[in-house]
Amino acid sequence: MGAESSLRNRFERGLAAPICLTWELTYACNLACTHCLSSSGRRDPRELTTAEAKALIDEIAAMQIFYVNVGGGEPMIRRDFFELVEHAVNQHVGVKFSTNGTRIDRDAAKRLAGIDYLDIQISIDGVDALTSDRIRGAGSYDAARRAMDNLRDADFGQFKISVVMTKENVEQLDDFEVLAKSYGAELRLTRLRPSGRGVEVWNELHPTLEQNRGLYRWLLERPNVLTGDSFFHLSALGSPLEGLNLCGAGRVVCLIDPVGDVYACPFVIHDEFLAGNVRDAGFASVWTNSELFRSLREPGSAGACASCGSFDACRGGCMAAKFFTGLEMSDPDPECVFGHGEAALAAKRVLIRPISSADHSRKVPVTLSAR
Amino acid sequence: MVDAFDASRYWQLSEMVSLRDEEFGALAYHHVNRRLVFLKSRELVDVVRRLGDYESANEALGAIVAPDQHDRYVAALATLQKAALINGR
Repeated sequence: MGAESSLRNRFERGLAAPICLTWELTYACNLACTHCLSSSGRRDPRELTTAEAKALIDEIAAMQIFYVNVGGGEPMIRRDFFELVEHAVNQHVGVKFSTNGTRIDRDAAKRLAGIDYLDIQISIDGVDALTSDRIRGAGSYDAARRAMDNLRDADFGQFKISVVMTKENVEQLDDFEVLAKSYGAELRLTRLRPSGRGVEVWNELHPTLEQNRGLYRWLLERPNVLTGDSFFHLSALGSPLEGLNLCGAGRVVCLIDPVGDVYACPFVIHDEFLAGNVRDAGFASVWTNSELFRSLREPGSAGACASCGSFDACRGGCMAAKFFTGLEMSDPDPECVFGHGEAALAAKRVLIRPISSADHSRKVPVTLSAR
Repeated sequence: MVDAFDASRYWQLSEMVSLRDEEFGALAYHHVNRRLVFLKSRELVDVVRRLGDYESANEALGAIVAPDQHDRYVAALATLQKAALINGR
């Protein structure tokens, strides 16, 4: 899905409704991944009720948002998970949900296989337990593989294996491809963001410049590998990668969190990017009228990147990555492929890194019991 | 396997596809193959919406678009057919 510049300019001015809406159903999670974007763990008592969640789905359907990316926390922990999924797909709102797989036993797999308009992304962060569990916790890799086995045995059809690219697992790209193929699954790779608990691990875990170059070449040869437009900052290296290649925050993308707060994108759960709450006047009103979103749809300045010949390719990169590493919006992306981001970080005398204002991390370590 | 696009035949917007109007035209989403397609002009959106009201694509284009635009629209419809956004009877 390539988009030439005129269409991209339109997108930067915002659409009538998001193309890509992410809805974190719950902050509750039975894992405690070190890079969790939403700092999940404990359920928030203010979580949307089943009735509120259904009303939100009705509004999503009325806005003709074709599908919603459901995540968490672990969305399957919500007791009304299947009820909400069925409420959505019954009115042709497709559901793509991300899960750690721990709740996909044989029965759940069968039930999921019976639902149309449903995509499942199972997360692992390494091609083996050793690599993956370092990030996602002991036992999490085996649990995810059991979920994949169960989906395969239930004839679910094609699911997705979702991996956040780190310094360690970026060396396993070919193995991930083999693993996905063995299940007839699609491979989905996304960028490690310094958001949520990722603030703590981004410095040590993000891929090196050299690894990012390799990843770019690998992706360029494999347009069928899904990335959710994650790596548009790498498009400065040459031909654009698949996708819109722009920061969609508040323009074509946004996030609804478990308590109904609307943020500009899934990677900026922070007061500074809070646009409103669906409990006030509904989601459409936030999308259309929020001052934050209106300002994000104004033409921005290229800032420090104005003199770079590749600005048109990467548009200065990811807003969230800059924000949570302590850079200004006018600075280059911290992972700028030409090293300008690293230089900008090094040049700051004082670096203030914001931390999430909605931290739901659990205070006690998590153990996953084997089934 | 789908047939090649033939403008002398009947075509209609697939029942599997939703259209959402946007300033630039419309977004089209195919609920089964999950493909998102951008229709980049209001005129094309109009053609796609009304296609099924006519006996053939040629007839629809004759009624909706200027004659010198005919070939461009045939090409656009052929692309949409490849993406399974429109289908025959």
